[in-house]
Amino acid sequence: MATLALPRRGPFASTIVRHLTVAVVGGLVLLLLTSSVNAYRDFQIANVGYYVVAVAGLTVLTGLNGQISLGHGALMMVGAYTAALILDRDNPPPLVVVLVLCVVVTAVVGAIVGAAAARLRGPYLAGATLAFAVGLPGLTSHYAGTFGGDNGLSVFTSPPPASLGVDFPSERWQAWITLAAALVTLVLLANLASSRVGRSFRAVRDDEVSAELAGIHVARTQVLAFVVSAACAGLAGGLLAVVSGQATPGAFSVALSLAILAGAVLGGLGSLAGAVYGAVALVALPAISSNASERFDFGTDVKSNMPLLVYGALLVIVMLVAPQGLQGGVRRLAGLLRGRSPAQPARNESVTEVSVTEPEG
Amino acid sequence: MPDAGGMSLEVKDLVTSYGAIKALRGVSLNVPAGSITAVLGANGAGKSSLLRTLSGLVRPRSGSVLLDGKEIAGRAPEDVVQMGMSHVPEGRGVIAELTVDDNLRLGGLWRKDKADRGRALEEAYALFPPLDQRRKRLAMTLSGGERQMLALGRALVARPRVLLLDEPSLGLAPRITSQIMALVRRLCDETGLTVLLVEQNARSALSVADHGVVLNLGTVVASDDPAKLAADDNLRHAYLGF
Repeated sequence: MATLALPRRGPFASTIVRHLTVAVVGGLVLLLLTSSVNAYRDFQIANVGYYVVAVAGLTVLTGLNGQISLGHGALMMVGAYTAALILDRDNPPPLVVVLVLCVVVTAVVGAIVGAAAARLRGPYLAGATLAFAVGLPGLTSHYAGTFGGDNGLSVFTSPPPASLGVDFPSERWQAWITLAAALVTLVLLANLASSRVGRSFRAVRDDEVSAELAGIHVARTQVLAFVVSAACAGLAGGLLAVVSGQATPGAFSVALSLAILAGAVLGGLGSLAGAVYGAVALVALPAISSNASERFDFGTDVKSNMPLLVYGALLVIVMLVAPQGLQGGVRRLAGLLRGRSPAQPARNESVTEVSVTEPEG
Repeated sequence: MPDAGGMSLEVKDLVTSYGAIKALRGVSLNVPAGSITAVLGANGAGKSSLLRTLSGLVRPRSGSVLLDGKEIAGRAPEDVVQMGMSHVPEGRGVIAELTVDDNLRLGGLWRKDKADRGRALEEAYALFPPLDQRRKRLAMTLSGGERQMLALGRALVARPRVLLLDEPSLGLAPRITSQIMALVRRLCDETGLTVLLVEQNARSALSVADHGVVLNLGTVVASDDPAKLAADDNLRHAYLGF
């Protein structure tokens, strides 16, 4: 959320005030936006909302802490099934409570996965989390009685409150829910990133030995990053279940895990603003590319694979043009407009003489 | 900057090996609180291995390390730091991708006293004005001398009571080396910090140390007053190279 250059003076000197200001302004803009578009657009925006939560969570893990995860789709699935099972009861608690429970349950699962992950590095970590993503959906058919097998579970949610009017579109209501969750998540993560916890995440990412010599418990930090990230995935999964009205194993395939990672990379790893761009791209790209393939009247085989092609091509192009992701590209453009290139580190005056302060007295 | 003066460090019969290769073959030494002990020796003598074992980066085979009388051999590095002993590794050990400010703050992240974390940070900036002028710069853009200051500053932000310094003079101009040595001496005199200083540059290390230890092939071959070590021709030719 560091894209908006609010002056760091007066009331904005406090990080949390700055983040909250951005979130409130963003919320108002989104309120206007969701109220002025049709139901299908609101549905898409609702999808963007939970993708933001998931991608932001992963960008903290992979971008700030340097741990890769190909298993976030499975963590979302934990959240989604938690929501489905709770909402299926006779007297379900309010939605906020359900979503908090999704976060808690998935955070616990994340702690277990994270404890294993903290022992693994690079490709081994990728492999282990991939196995988690492949394996978990299989549990639903093994315990078909509880999880409903391949057909999954239906998720019943209450309609928009009556105070909004009888013909208030439920899509808009859902968009509000996921966007509110996304804003809360972004504010919390932005504060985390600029806190001492965020600093220890980055230190562990860049140099584990230096971090432990500075008194940081490396494994504990890595598990904490995984828990935070999993909590976000759980919330995203719960929201996905609410928006789609169901929780099915097919929705949480490896493709979802890869899509979230692609969103984080596309937006710019480690950047929360980038997570927003990435999430928008995850929803917009398939829509745009399938529209395009309709127009050109390709055969069904081509049509169904078109989004994948566009997606892959875009990923390659972005990585070539802006290796730091969209947010990195935005930052570079802003730097060019201001007349200097941030690609080069600030000018290093040649320091041949350094003065350590002379002994006093 | 250390708050409560130095702690004593006692090492007894420390043995460390990397696989079949023995790096330390029973090293014993004694660093009284508030003094500087220089550890000298040629490449491969075991100097860095000694510090790495003391700080917990390497687990010893056997032997004992007493920090203020408490056994710490085999403890994890972060525990050792939190007990009061900080290690500034060879080759600086700053995090190149982080800013000067982030690197310095890193040293105090584990400490709970927020107000004192801020104080220690400002004290480090006061100690190293070049860092103060470059707070937002990435560590990778610093010169060698500035990086050494940053590494030292980061260790001091933890308010250590024992400091393990590994080759602070490595790759630095003689002038800067002597400034850093003078600073270490001053910290020791003013705050009672205990320092174990590993150096190849024997002459400059002995000029500030209270005591000198010479290592060769993982064993202590001499332990004496710095002036006596510097005056011993055999020792100088065989191990110290000046």
